[in-house]
Amino acid sequence: MSQAGYNFAYLDEHTKRMIRRALLKAVAIPGYQVPFGSREMPLPYGWGTGGIQVTAAIIGRDDVLKVIDQGSDDTTNAVNIRSFFARVAGVATTERTREATLIQTRHRIPETPLAAGQVIVFQVPIPEPLRWLEPRETETRSLHALADYGLMNVKLYEDIVRHGRIATTYDYPVEVNGRYLMRPSPIPKFDNPKMHRNPALQLFGAGREKRVYAVPPWTDVRSLDFEDHPFAIERWDHACGLCGASDSYLDELITDDAGTRLHVCSDTEYCAARRAAGHQGDAP
Amino acid sequence: MPAIDLDRVGPGFADPVHDAQRVFRSLLTAMAEPGRIVTLDLPLVPPPGLSLAQCATLLTLADRDTPVWLAPSIDTPDVADFLAFHCASPRVGSPLGARFVVLPDLAQLPALDTLDLGDPAYPDRSSTLIVEVTELAEDGPLELQGPGIPDRRRLYAGGWSTATTRFAAANHAGFPLGVDLVLCCADALAALPRTCRITESTGASSCT
Repeated sequence: MSQAGYNFAYLDEHTKRMIRRALLKAVAIPGYQVPFGSREMPLPYGWGTGGIQVTAAIIGRDDVLKVIDQGSDDTTNAVNIRSFFARVAGVATTERTREATLIQTRHRIPETPLAAGQVIVFQVPIPEPLRWLEPRETETRSLHALADYGLMNVKLYEDIVRHGRIATTYDYPVEVNGRYLMRPSPIPKFDNPKMHRNPALQLFGAGREKRVYAVPPWTDVRSLDFEDHPFAIERWDHACGLCGASDSYLDELITDDAGTRLHVCSDTEYCAARRAAGHQGDAP
Repeated sequence: MPAIDLDRVGPGFADPVHDAQRVFRSLLTAMAEPGRIVTLDLPLVPPPGLSLAQCATLLTLADRDTPVWLAPSIDTPDVADFLAFHCASPRVGSPLGARFVVLPDLAQLPALDTLDLGDPAYPDRSSTLIVEVTELAEDGPLELQGPGIPDRRRLYAGGWSTATTRFAAANHAGFPLGVDLVLCCADALAALPRTCRITESTGASSCT
């Protein structure tokens, strides 16, 4: 059962219709940011109000929800959003990527490949990829209308001039379906290739900035780069200390006062599943 | 606005919250995977002039914020009163300015330049066409490509003509501007968003 006194999934039906119409247009125009009337939610902006509103507009009684925050199922943001939907929608929740029909995420895409039919909802702080380069919304809107993305190429070029390489490591800009420049939300660039032709539907919600956007399944998503500075993801000299994975995104932890370091999978469910299957890392 | 004759207005969704959610997820799947046919399993009796899928789509998406245009042949008191009562949508006299354009068949597609295609800065502010077709099948002469389609997908839509192909090609060519189509057939629907490249193959593929 859902929480007494509230509509199913918290939002009223008029608001859900408005978000649903915006989402259908977002899917029809991949990568384009559709304005919507973001509502006051029972938690502050910056805690995933955009993602929560998107999830609330699409979730149904039969959905199985997974929520992650930086790859982890058990950090504050993930636990609270998961229990929020368990209370206001009465839906089943899971930590297993494969079992989920709906995944809300803050800043990661799970390591386990997503399947056709799954929906992943990203929490987005700043949806406009050109915002730090051009603060005026009227201007960035024109630049999108004209597909004039020179500013971003100059920014990446300046990275190379200053650092010898493209120094952007997260929220790395992508071009969707050969047309719109899009911010993938602050996922590490390690996750960018997972967006390309992903069989799952990818939805993005920015609550404070009042925008939703989408990448339909099997859609081209290209990380911007240059011929002589091709896009590359992060690599580590270590494998995961707990599960031994060498193909996952690693967090570096300091484990004692002597500065001992431990590299572990950021995706906790992936790591736990590997350990349950008998894989072991070299951590003492 | 003339008074609604409640005697001819039937019930809407039996379970407004959950029926609307299920129909929306079907629409989202259809729009995200162009040409894929989804079937609505709902106890809904549409007014004469609308199919179940058209009626369910309007009940799910239309409200007082979305002007609706009905093609003249379905602009009847039955349909008008049903929409006025259940959706409270304003009715407009021309397709331009309507969020939803409702058509009883593909032959009545208005010319593309008489439709609201959105604005270059706001391409989302374009109409969605909710069109009834005589038949929908997953194999047919229409070959679809684009976002939401792994390689290519085939579709048969009853009443599709070369004029419809030209309409769809011109609509796609204007991307990011353009309208999005929801093809309805009784309790089934498929979507053709503006991203969809549609070619009509003259191959031997049979239309059921």
